[in-house]
Amino acid sequence: MEYINIFVKGIFIENMIFAYFLGMCSYLAVSKTVKTATGLGAAVIFVLGITVPINYLLENYILKEGALAWLGSEYATIDLSFLSFIMFIAVIAAIVQLVEMSVEKFAPALYGALGIFLPLIAVNCAILGGALFMQERQYANVGEATVFGLGSGVGWFLAIVAIAAIREKIRYSNVPAPLKGLGITFIITGLMGIAFMSFMGIEL
Amino acid sequence: MKPLRSILNSIKPHFEKGGKLEKFWPVYDGFETFLFVPGHTTHSGAHIRDGIDLKRVMITVVFAMIPALLFGMWNTGYQHYLAQGITDSTHMQNFLFGLVKVMPIVVISYAVGLGVEFLFCIIKKHTINEGFLVSGMLIPLALPADIPLWMVAVATVFAVVIGKEVFGGTGMNILNVALTARAFLFFAYPTMMSGNAVWHADTAFSGKVDAVTGATALGDAASKMPIEEFTSKYSILDSFIGTIPGSIGETSTLACLIGAAILLYTGVASWRVMLSVFAGGYVMGFIFNLFGVNTLMQISPLQHLFLGGFAFGAVFMATDPVTAAQTNTGKYIYGFFVGFFAILIRVFNPAYPEGVMMAILFMNVMAPLIDHYVVQANVSRRLKRVNIKA
Repeated sequence: MEYINIFVKGIFIENMIFAYFLGMCSYLAVSKTVKTATGLGAAVIFVLGITVPINYLLENYILKEGALAWLGSEYATIDLSFLSFIMFIAVIAAIVQLVEMSVEKFAPALYGALGIFLPLIAVNCAILGGALFMQERQYANVGEATVFGLGSGVGWFLAIVAIAAIREKIRYSNVPAPLKGLGITFIITGLMGIAFMSFMGIEL
Repeated sequence: MKPLRSILNSIKPHFEKGGKLEKFWPVYDGFETFLFVPGHTTHSGAHIRDGIDLKRVMITVVFAMIPALLFGMWNTGYQHYLAQGITDSTHMQNFLFGLVKVMPIVVISYAVGLGVEFLFCIIKKHTINEGFLVSGMLIPLALPADIPLWMVAVATVFAVVIGKEVFGGTGMNILNVALTARAFLFFAYPTMMSGNAVWHADTAFSGKVDAVTGATALGDAASKMPIEEFTSKYSILDSFIGTIPGSIGETSTLACLIGAAILLYTGVASWRVMLSVFAGGYVMGFIFNLFGVNTLMQISPLQHLFLGGFAFGAVFMATDPVTAAQTNTGKYIYGFFVGFFAILIRVFNPAYPEGVMMAILFMNVMAPLIDHYVVQANVSRRLKRVNIKA
């Protein structure tokens, strides 16, 4: 039950885009058509689902105060949490590279679909945001962290495909010239944020 | 009609090209085509035309809302007197009190909204399109009777400019305009919109100081009133007819159904959306009823459909042809999820027992995506058929 809660929360209530405005750059840039948006969204789910649990292990067995206790009692007082930003981002970049290479090797079809988006994602703030939220919320075990990563990924996916569909639809609208392109996209994002606000405050 | 026509004819030259009021041509044109069926014909292609155009469609919807409006006026008065312990007020008294309370909101909504529309038309030099005829009526009906008038004005301006005009006007918006106004008020002035104190018109007209205020039915249920007490306070019949507190036009399911009949008979609204909204709401209500751990879950699925703005949203807002899904299959999916999310938000989100409006907004956002997938599914299905043959 706890897993379902975290998953649903990640999708709707604590949506990466509409609740925290994370990962906006690729969200705005790659949402022109549903097809590319689907590709990027899938890649985000994939990467969040992998990096959040790995960062969780890193956090709990190396970085956190007292996390090094498994090495011996003299290490139990060491607190490496000041390193967490740089470690998380390094892990994300490394994992994305590894994932890209292995996907290319073992699943060329998937690589064809995700390929160009994977490097883009290494610098997507939603991914680092996922790791930092995981740190802040102190999930009980690695399973919860994984579910959280997948849930936030699905939330991000939903947001980007929804706005891509809207942008495809309004392509023929008579939008005032100064607002064409990014301007109207920002306004749409704000309106979508209002629509998503209905889920805020739900206690599961 | 004749004198009206001759007045229009006599002032027409001023607005035509070269006249001194040339700038205001859209305003004139708007009034002329509103009052009389325009005489122009299609120039090219073999189009079939009849008297129905956007203005006629919109005015049909406005007519369909009149039962809800009239009932809302009566109920505003009724709830007002009831709250003060006066039970023997006549229908006329109820109605007049409501009329005085509600009419200013309607007038403000139309005046501000149409003003903004005219302004945009003059600046952008296109003809006035009359989407606001419906929105202008929906906005007051979705608001509590006691709302300050300046809030109505602010919300209307926001909804028309940000919700519609930036997308290029009528038919281009992605969110229902009236719902945008309501959501704006809901999030900008939450205490005015969701507090317990707003649902009865105040005592300014009766002179009594000790205003008795009460929550809406859903507010009561959300604050954990036991189910026995709840059903005795709000019987199914009461919530169907609508003699319960709530926003002006939304309490009476009966009035909404009369409107629905008009809309369906004239073919203006989609029966697919309406039907599936009720189906989705019923299914979700039924599922929650099986669990039944709190009052909101224990309400019978049928009564869920009568409470709050569910019927109102299903009939007038979910069916908005612009923001709903466009494909037929998509309409079923869209409608079902509106009902589904409406009850879900109502039950799970203590802050917004009024889930219908938010559910429709959310599905408005998702509607283009539903359409996209429905179309894609159709494309791939037909491609498969071609491939098999070949």
